[in-house]
Order: sequence, then structure tokens, then C-alpha cells
Amino acid sequence: MDWHQLWEIVSAPDNVPIVALLFFVPFYAWYGFRQARENDRLIGQLEADPQLAKTHHRKIFPWKPGWTKEVHTWPYLMRIEFLAAIIVTVLLIVWSLTLNAPLEELANPNLTMNPAKAPWYFLGLQEMLVYFDPWIAGVVMPSLIIVGLMVIPYIDVNPLGAGYYTWKQRKFSIATFAFGFIVLWLVMVVIGTFIRGPGWMWFWPGQTWDPSKVVFEPNRDLPDIFHITSMLGKGIFGAVAMGIYTMAAWYGIHKLITATPFNRKIYARMSFIQYITMQTFLVLMLLLPIKILIRHLFRIKYIWITPWFNV
Amino acid sequence: MARAGSAGKAGESMADEPSTNGEKKGLAALVEEAREDAKVLKEKAKEEVETLKQPQKTQLYKSIFRVKHDDSERSRALGVLSNVFFHLHPAKINRDAVRYAYTWGMGGITFYLFLVLTLTGVLLMFYYHPTKGQAYRDIIYLMNDVPFGRLLRNMHRWAAHLMVIAVWLHMFRVFLTGSYKKPREFNWCVGVVLLVLTLLLSFTGYLLPDDQLGFWAVTVGTNMANATPILGAGGPFGMQLGLTNYNDVRFALLGGSIVDANALLRAYIWHCLAIPIIASVLMGLHFWRVRKDGGISGPAPVMLESEIKPERKI
Repeated sequence: MDWHQLWEIVSAPDNVPIVALLFFVPFYAWYGFRQARENDRLIGQLEADPQLAKTHHRKIFPWKPGWTKEVHTWPYLMRIEFLAAIIVTVLLIVWSLTLNAPLEELANPNLTMNPAKAPWYFLGLQEMLVYFDPWIAGVVMPSLIIVGLMVIPYIDVNPLGAGYYTWKQRKFSIATFAFGFIVLWLVMVVIGTFIRGPGWMWFWPGQTWDPSKVVFEPNRDLPDIFHITSMLGKGIFGAVAMGIYTMAAWYGIHKLITATPFNRKIYARMSFIQYITMQTFLVLMLLLPIKILIRHLFRIKYIWITPWFNV
Repeated sequence: MARAGSAGKAGESMADEPSTNGEKKGLAALVEEAREDAKVLKEKAKEEVETLKQPQKTQLYKSIFRVKHDDSERSRALGVLSNVFFHLHPAKINRDAVRYAYTWGMGGITFYLFLVLTLTGVLLMFYYHPTKGQAYRDIIYLMNDVPFGRLLRNMHRWAAHLMVIAVWLHMFRVFLTGSYKKPREFNWCVGVVLLVLTLLLSFTGYLLPDDQLGFWAVTVGTNMANATPILGAGGPFGMQLGLTNYNDVRFALLGGSIVDANALLRAYIWHCLAIPIIASVLMGLHFWRVRKDGGISGPAPVMLESEIKPERKI
């Protein structure tokens, strides 16, 4: 156990935001889900008692008959904003007084940094480079993430859960988003920051970052396992394999979104275009964890090999 | 008005004096006159001091703030509505919407950090030349010789990181509360673009110190542009379309085939001018849409499954 190495990584000034994220994200996830649980309990109560549903103010916050529904922005909101601004400023000044922004040697194209890392918020993308070619990891995936985020409001046809925390009413969408945000984005950022060392090799926390470490990782491609050697054969095999994956993933996702009566009710509200769009994005999104798994478990690099691109 | 009136009266009495005391002559008369004048001035000054006890009634105050500040409901509303900086707020909001538990304050914090970054960024621009060789020296100078230079640079760096975190958490909260649902779909899309711009702002700033960290980070980043399908020389179908390292999308980003002087200038302009302007416009749109879409999304009363209305087909 190399504590010095661990401390060096954790305390690197530019890594502090990720250390902060390790606290912030679980805290806010808990904070949100706690309110979701309370709301779900209230929803359960109201569903069981229609009479109560007619009179209840339907929030988990206290309410009394005489109270006004609205309050003045000045001072009730603006004092909070002012307070938040002060707290952030104080935090920022203390942080800036105690930790210096890093400055390395003068840029030198002849001396490659090892590891050469992108800024921490892009390390998820850099980590994807391990599993995909640069054009997928660096261009297609980011574009898909951006467009995928933008289509969310147009494919989420569930009218429930607008404006309050809930889990019960939006299980599928929340689970999907949490998986994408926390597992596929934040965990990848954490891996890229804390785990990846020189040569972008895997070093467990506490393991010394040895620049001369050589790992024998026999990278195979899926066609190799089936002893396909011709280029044409690899191309056709890959297309078939991707087709099978797409169908399997499509079927699995379909089963999931029609699993419960409630899910089926929401599914029935979906238009054909909405359904196709959602399936396309989810199938592509699932490709990432699948490739991560087959890479780490079976050391398989590519599924589909063509003269122009590899997947 | 009261001041103007009394001043007029004082002026009249001064004009009357020589005629009533016409027979007195010489030094004694002059002294008497001066004493009278002093008395009038003193009265005036006293009156003016009195008005200072109510600064809200002065012309100066009224010209700046337009409405008086007191405890009345009307004045509270006007205090927000008649102020250009505050008028993005509605006069009144849902009583539970002010709870920290609902919004986590992340959107507001993001905006505040943008303001901090603009301020510290402009100050940093005074000490920085976006030229190869000079840029790195400027940072060394900033950190070691400029008063508060190190604090300034640190604040800019950490505020940028904090902004990225705040933006992510803001998005997370908006998702968890389903706040992107009708009628806020479009504003979510604007938010996604703003999220990307925040990351790009941070990324373009990374190169500016012209050190090894920024150089290699941007090299790694722009090499991905080189791998863009159809647009990059190293990407699928790039070669077939006649792209080289000297005419592809990476060349356009860097102004060259490697990260060098042109790249530094381009990063500088994107970072200090282009992206902040685009982001500001979109922020204006984002905030305006928050209001137009009915203000902050909640905490809304919970809706029950049995209350789902049948969907409306076009």
C-alpha cells in the first residue's frame, strides 16, 4: 500500500473537485431521494383515501388554512440568494487562499506528459477511449450524450412527477438517468482521475504509479475467437453481431418499459417516433457498459471490424 | 418641495432687510447685515440636515431608486419589479419554492459563479498576453509579483471547477424533480447547451497558461476532433474525402496542425469573448423562459396515477 502515492493523487489541487464530488453527489442524491420517499408515502396515503386527496394540500411541507399560497420575493427569496452568494464567496476565498492552482513547466511538444490527462470533467470521455476508437469516444459519444439529453423531455411521456421529487411514479426514467449520470459519467471520471496512471494503465488506489509497468493484455477481437480471418468475413460477422446485440438490447428494453401495468399505461401514450428515438438512444447507451464488461472480462477489443472503422 | 419653499422665503427676507434698516450706516450696519445672513444660512442648513434624516425623500434617492422603500406590500413588489437587476424575479413566489430542499440553489449558484468568473477573468486579462512565450511568463509574474495575483488566479480556477460541479448538480436536480416536463421542454434543451458551453469555457481556459498540463490536455482533446468522421483527417471516411491534417476540423480549431501560437490566440478569443457572449445570450433566454414557463417548477402538489388525463393527439 503506497499511501504517499494515494495522497499525491487525492490531494492534487486539480483533483479536489472530484474529491468534493464524491461527497456532494451522494449527499444530494440522498437529499433528493429522502424527499422522494416522503412524497411517495404521501401519494400512497392519498391514493388509499380519495376523500383526503380532495382536501389535502398535497405537499410534504407544512400548511395551514390561513396561510397565503405565495410569499414576497423580497425579502423571502432574495435573502436566501444573498446568503448563498456570501457562502459561496467565502468558500471560494478560503479555497483560493489554501490551495494554489497548478502550474506545470512551460509547454513542451517534445516532452509528453505521462499520463497526459484531459481536464477532470472530460476524463469520462478519455476513459471511453479505452473501449472505443477516438471517433466514437471523442465525437460520436459526446454528440449522442448532448442530443440524448435534449430529447429526454420529448420522449418522457409520463405526466406524473412534474415539479416534485418522486421515485414510485418515475422509476424507469430516474433509474436510467441515475445510471447514465452516476455510473456512466461520474464513475468514469473517478476512474480516469484516481485509477488511471502512466500509460493510462489501471492502478488500484494505493498502488505505486510505475511508469515502466508493462501489462500483458492480449487484446483480441470478437471475430478472432470464432477464427474468422478474412476481412470480408470480419465485416459480415461484426455486422451480424451488432445486429444481434441491437435486437437483444431492444427486446430487453422493451420488456423493461412494459414490465408493470403502470409502465404499460405510459408506453401506450408513446408515439411511434418517440418509441423509436428512445430505443435508439438506450441501445446505444447500453453499448458502453457492454463494451466495458467484455473488455475487462474477456479482453475483447472490437466487435465489428471493417476497413473504414472499428466498433 | 419643502426645501425649495423655505429657501424662497429666506431669499425674500434678505431682500427686504436694507429697506427696513435703511438709516443705519457704516461698520455696525455691515456687521449686523452679515449676522443676519449667517442666521438665515444657519436656518437653511438646519432644515437641510433635517431632510437628511429622511434620505428616501431626497431628489438623489428618488432619481436612483424610483420607488420608496418601506414595509408595505406594494413597495416590496416594486422593489423587485422596478429594479433592472432584480426584475428577473417575480414579485411573489410559491411559498415552498424558497425552500433550499427543493432547488438546492444550484442554478443560482452557477449564475453567481459565472459573475465571479467574469469579474476575476477581466482582472486577469489586464496581466495576460495570449502570445507564445509571453503567456507563461505572465502567469509566473501574476503568481509571484502582482498584488493578490495568486489569489485572483486561484479564485478564477476554483470558481470554474465549482461552476462545473454546480451545473451538473443543477441538471441532476432538474431531472429528479421532473422539471423538464411540459411546458419546460425547450428550456431544458437551452440548459443542455449551457452545460456544454460551461465545459467548453473551462476547457478553452485550460490552455491559456501555456504549461504542460494545458498543452497536453488540449492536444488530447483536439486529437479527438482529428478523428471526427467525415470532418477529420484521421476519422472514418476522412482520408477518402481528401482531408489532411492541414484542412480538417482540427486545423480549424487550432489554426494549425499542432497546439501552437495560433491555437493559444484562438483559445483566448473563444474563452474571453465568443463563448461568454453566446453563454450570456443563452442565459438570458434560460432565465426568461423560466419565468414565461410559469416560474420555478415546484414544489408542486403531487399528482396521482388516477388523475392522468387522456393524452391529446394533434
